[in-house]
Amino acid sequence: MHELSIAMRVVDLAAARCRDAGGDAVTAVTVRVGRLAAVHGGALAAAFEMAREGTPLAEATLRVVDVPVRVWCPQCRAEADLTDVVPLACPACGRPTGDLRAGHELEVESIEVVGPRGGTVEAGR
Amino acid sequence: MSEPRILEVRTSILKRNDEVAREMREEFRRAGMVVVNLVSSPGSGKTRLLYETLVRLRRAGRSVAAIVGDVETDRDARRLAASGAPVRQIMTHGLCHLEAEMVRRELQAWPPQHVDCLFIENVGNLVCPTSWDLGESLRVALLSVAEGEDKPLKYPGLFNTADVAVITKTDLAEACDFDRAAALDALAAVRPGMPVIETSAKSGAGLDAWITLLEARRP
Repeated sequence: MHELSIAMRVVDLAAARCRDAGGDAVTAVTVRVGRLAAVHGGALAAAFEMAREGTPLAEATLRVVDVPVRVWCPQCRAEADLTDVVPLACPACGRPTGDLRAGHELEVESIEVVGPRGGTVEAGR
Repeated sequence: MSEPRILEVRTSILKRNDEVAREMREEFRRAGMVVVNLVSSPGSGKTRLLYETLVRLRRAGRSVAAIVGDVETDRDARRLAASGAPVRQIMTHGLCHLEAEMVRRELQAWPPQHVDCLFIENVGNLVCPTSWDLGESLRVALLSVAEGEDKPLKYPGLFNTADVAVITKTDLAEACDFDRAAALDALAAVRPGMPVIETSAKSGAGLDAWITLLEARRP
């Protein structure tokens, strides 16, 4: 249960990106959470509501994109998404594989901001 | 107010931790240190294994040190200090894992002189330490014979990030009806090909293999 500290980092990252882009507020945040990242989407959403208070994200919504575990199978020479994370094996041929191509993600993908586009626009207002 | 616009961020949420960990890993590498991050559930025998490891490595003339994380108390640090090795306790006061910055802060306040092998005993937890890189060269996940052979299947994320698995308390295997083959299958299911060492810190079984593995990691 460390979703609050994760949520606070999301808010910090999004607020910094918004500030750098000259925005006033963040209205939406999209995060990508891998199935093996040890972060629960529901708990993250609850923590986000606390973490956003008093920040440029106060009105922001959080969108969590679940990223499935993707393995590389050296036998089939192909990547495949797993429905079940155990066993880590190729769903096509059954061969065990620890070569993960996705599943540990924990990243802010994008934000939606409102406010001036940048210095020149702001100066012309 | 202007139209909303979408800005791509594509940044790891743990970017700060990852950066600190990367810097530490580079410092450790330059100093010729092996740094081991021990992760497992509470009560799987991290401290006991670490104690025996510190004693044996010291006897072999290696310079060793340990940092141990717990939510409260310095009991583990006091246990480990009996090995004669320098030990520091991090009390997280509620936090369920160690973070790179916490380890770095500890190392800044306490620079052990030329250490061959630094052990970081993480907070006992099979979920939260998964995503937090501490700059270690080796992540070791412990699984005791008393806790059930299927633990790796229940907590695949953590076992998947480990480089080595150590099965502990093998002296209790019979009393616990430990199914060795099932445990090895479970580990292979979440981390195919991961080396597994079977140990009893109490009897000493398997500790030579464990020490040999650590020695092989020295630059």
